[in-house]
Amino acid sequence: MNTLNNNTDFLLSIENLTVSFDGFKAVNDLNLYIDENEIHVIIGPNGAGKTTVLDLICGRTRATDGSIKFRNKELTAMREHEIVREGVGRKFQNPSIYEDLTVFENLELSFPRGRTVFGALTFQRDEEVRSRVREIAEMVFLDTLLDMQAALLSHGQKQWLEIGMLLIQDPELLMLDEPVAGMSVSERKQTAKLLNEITKGRSVMVVEHDMKFVEDIAHRVTVLHQGKILSEGSMAKVQADPKVIDVYLGH
Amino acid sequence: MTNLKSFMSRQEMLGLLVVAAVLFVVMPLAMDIFRLNLFGKYLTYAFVAIGLVLCWGKGGILSLGQGVFFGLGGYCMAMYLKLEASTPEATAIQSTPGIPDFMDWNQITALPWFWQPFNSLTFTIVAIIAVPALFAFIIGTAMFKRRVGGVYFAIITQAIAAILTILIIGQQGYTGGVNGITDLRTLKGWDIRTDEAKYILYYVNGGLLIAVLLLSQIVLKSKLGRLLVAVRDQEDRVRFSGYDVSNIKIFVFCFAAVLSAIGGAMFTLQVGFMSPSFVGIVPSIEMVIFCAVGGRLSIFGAVYGTLLVNWAKTTFSETFPELWLFGLGALFIAVVLVFPNGLSGLYRSYLAPIVDRFIVPKGRKAEPDKSTPAAPFGADTTAKPAE
Repeated sequence: MNTLNNNTDFLLSIENLTVSFDGFKAVNDLNLYIDENEIHVIIGPNGAGKTTVLDLICGRTRATDGSIKFRNKELTAMREHEIVREGVGRKFQNPSIYEDLTVFENLELSFPRGRTVFGALTFQRDEEVRSRVREIAEMVFLDTLLDMQAALLSHGQKQWLEIGMLLIQDPELLMLDEPVAGMSVSERKQTAKLLNEITKGRSVMVVEHDMKFVEDIAHRVTVLHQGKILSEGSMAKVQADPKVIDVYLGH
Repeated sequence: MTNLKSFMSRQEMLGLLVVAAVLFVVMPLAMDIFRLNLFGKYLTYAFVAIGLVLCWGKGGILSLGQGVFFGLGGYCMAMYLKLEASTPEATAIQSTPGIPDFMDWNQITALPWFWQPFNSLTFTIVAIIAVPALFAFIIGTAMFKRRVGGVYFAIITQAIAAILTILIIGQQGYTGGVNGITDLRTLKGWDIRTDEAKYILYYVNGGLLIAVLLLSQIVLKSKLGRLLVAVRDQEDRVRFSGYDVSNIKIFVFCFAAVLSAIGGAMFTLQVGFMSPSFVGIVPSIEMVIFCAVGGRLSIFGAVYGTLLVNWAKTTFSETFPELWLFGLGALFIAVVLVFPNGLSGLYRSYLAPIVDRFIVPKGRKAEPDKSTPAAPFGADTTAKPAE
């Protein structure tokens, strides 16, 4: 096949993506496209393959078949850190931060410089790093807690810290796995505001269960079911789709 | 001054000064040369323990095979010294004069090719660093690139320690077998067995230890030091922050290996021989215990842990030889159950707050939170906005 003909204007294009674990197809012949500057939410019942799709994009899981192209660059053969360096950031379901380090150090380690062993040895905490850390910390509501050990943050603050760690990498595609899980109502509102703010200049892919939150943020929604797309479109359109009501929203 | 402060906190500076004072002033005054030489032998293990602090304590990579690297360093040194001791004149009674005695006993008639370069001291010194580094690099690349970690890595390193011991013992003609390489005499004509030489070697050893402490401090205070802690706690997050985690692990594993090898080489020089009994599984595990007793997060703690356990070993095994191994086991259990942060943890909980009162200038608040045992050692003095 001539790969040049497959190039698209989309930021991310997933085509015929399949992954099977011992014959079980967690993602089955999936086609999904992400536009520039959009917040794209993936919903679906448990086991629909939502997190697997994110794992496939960021290289944590290897695809059995199909292609994932980011700015028309094939990601399926790349290693995780190379995908990150291309501009894809990933947040995990459970906040994964460095609990023994301070908030500042957590953000600093994610600053995209000195990523080799030698680079890390010679890395200098200069004004550029400090001001960028402060700027991001302010965005994720942690600017007064820079010196605090990350283990002492609340659950919601840990989620924000991880989002901040992604933002400081300045990725073009940000993937968030259940970013508001375990958050209070007010934290959820703040997070929605935060997401709407950070989407300027980048695309965001979100896997989420919280329908109210999805309504607040989504530009476009994809409903996954058994590794396949059940429905796609605006939240209103998806909610009205009888197929979706049947498998997911209805019960 | 800001540079110095970000490089070492007052507590760490004090730690270094105390180690230096103990090494260079207290011990030489308090001990005769026999005991001091013994103390110097213990100190060679401290190199290994410091390496383990970085590799295991900070980076979370438990190696149960550090004896391998200690041995590689020690054997490189021993090979050079043995060749120097095996001049044709000194070995005239052998059937093949000019080769090490154990080779002659094993009917080997020419010096094997891999022994040849060890005629050169320069080559030997390079080899002491390069051989273990290369070996660790190969093991590290093979393991970490394939994401072998944790218990599996520990078991594999232990297997390597066992294999190397068997190899050394089995290849008697090339390695001196179970007896090791013995009867080492001179270094460039300088007799290393005299009291004077032992004093000098002791001080060289101490100087190297201080240098290694400083070097480790540089690594720990760099971003790489914080990355190690990050890899230990959230490996995936580091990977998805754009770092090649395997390279970080390979580096620290090689670093620890080189430190161990320096210790091994100094061991050979001070003790006068090298044998497989310092390479295998048991010594490798003992080295981990030295590090654990000292507190696996503190490079200074590692030095004291090594000294304490070895002192106890010598004292108890002189008095109750059959009970010593039980004592060591009990000590390890006590460390794991009662004081998991070892000597340095005890120091930080009980003594550090008192010491802080004297070394932190008045008017400046002693930093709260940061001396809690849970905090990684050396994680303070960071994150201060520019004044």
